[in-house]
Amino acid sequence: MIHFTLETVVYAGAIGLVAIGALGLVLCNHLFRMLLALGIAESGANLLLILTGFRPDATAPIIGYGPAGASMVDPLPQVLVLTAIVIGVGVQAMAVSMLVRVYRAYGTLEMSELRRRMELDISAAAGIRAPSSAQSPAGERPLPPVPAYRPASARVQPRES
Amino acid sequence: MRNVASLLFTGGLAFLLLALGAQLAFGDPVMRVGAEYLRVAGPELGAANLVTAILAGYRGFDTLGELSILFAAATAAGLVLGHRRADAPRDPPGGLILTAGADLLFPLLLVVGIYIVVHGHLTPGGGFQGGVVLAAAFFVAMLADPSRSLSHALIAWIEGFAGAAFILIGIWALVEDGHFLAPMLGTGVMGQILSAGTLPLLSVAIGLKVGSELAGLMAHLSDTEARDQ
Repeated sequence: MIHFTLETVVYAGAIGLVAIGALGLVLCNHLFRMLLALGIAESGANLLLILTGFRPDATAPIIGYGPAGASMVDPLPQVLVLTAIVIGVGVQAMAVSMLVRVYRAYGTLEMSELRRRMELDISAAAGIRAPSSAQSPAGERPLPPVPAYRPASARVQPRES
Repeated sequence: MRNVASLLFTGGLAFLLLALGAQLAFGDPVMRVGAEYLRVAGPELGAANLVTAILAGYRGFDTLGELSILFAAATAAGLVLGHRRADAPRDPPGGLILTAGADLLFPLLLVVGIYIVVHGHLTPGGGFQGGVVLAAAFFVAMLADPSRSLSHALIAWIEGFAGAAFILIGIWALVEDGHFLAPMLGTGVMGQILSAGTLPLLSVAIGLKVGSELAGLMAHLSDTEARDQ
């Protein structure tokens, strides 16, 4: 018998967000989706921290905001989460900039394809044969084009998509 | 196999967190430090917003650490993205509606951001929140028209000035009071804009630092070369 009190619902929501984020981090095969999953897990963790400071019938921790004598929620988790959010933005911006570099270098963010192209690159640099399995088709397979830099003068006009 | 393993892992994680949550008394914070802050912070610091009082007053050193993490992230992003070539193409502007809307929003966002930063010790808000709103003003302008770019040198100056101001206030407190980042200048009358001693100054420094840091990050990201067609 499950009682759907406020407590179970909010805890299940916050922990569910953490679980969804963790699952996305493990299961996703695309780097950008992994970044989004990291963001979801982060919001779940922040929500969980905020919940630990909850008091019933309490006001925001601002003196003179609520009715006189009313109790206030615990301000310390709010301070910690406040900074964690901004740090999270910084981490995500850092991750996005690395994704931009990966995309410019390999032309894809799909993990399996990325790994294949990296292995090709590494074996080409080392001068050894590329790793291949018995199932791989014989002969060379052309790589999809990597978005390469060309000077503006040599560029064709962008097509309307 | 991998899917089953990750499902098991996530289920276990959720179960552990739920078990942890079930043992906590909901609505009755077990940490006594929060209650102590609520009791002491108002009379001691004179700031109506206790969150800012804790952020800049009691945990100022912590906040300095957070600012340096943000600085490290922004520096690393700039390092990873590198310089753009002079003749690299840019994305076209977003059209009349977007650019006009961005021009309209820009001053409003600036005013709201400055208000939130300056009133950080009185109303909900403070340096971090207001700084993000200030940065959002520049985000909107840059997203609507990528050819408008911020001056990286100016951002670096604002950022350095704000960070140095934060640390200098801390050192001043160290010399006068014996504690790094201890609140100075008395408490004043609670509820007035010139109250709570050095907290508003620290709040402004945090706001400028966060705003310029995030705006610089966005400028770096939008300065990466657009993909050729």
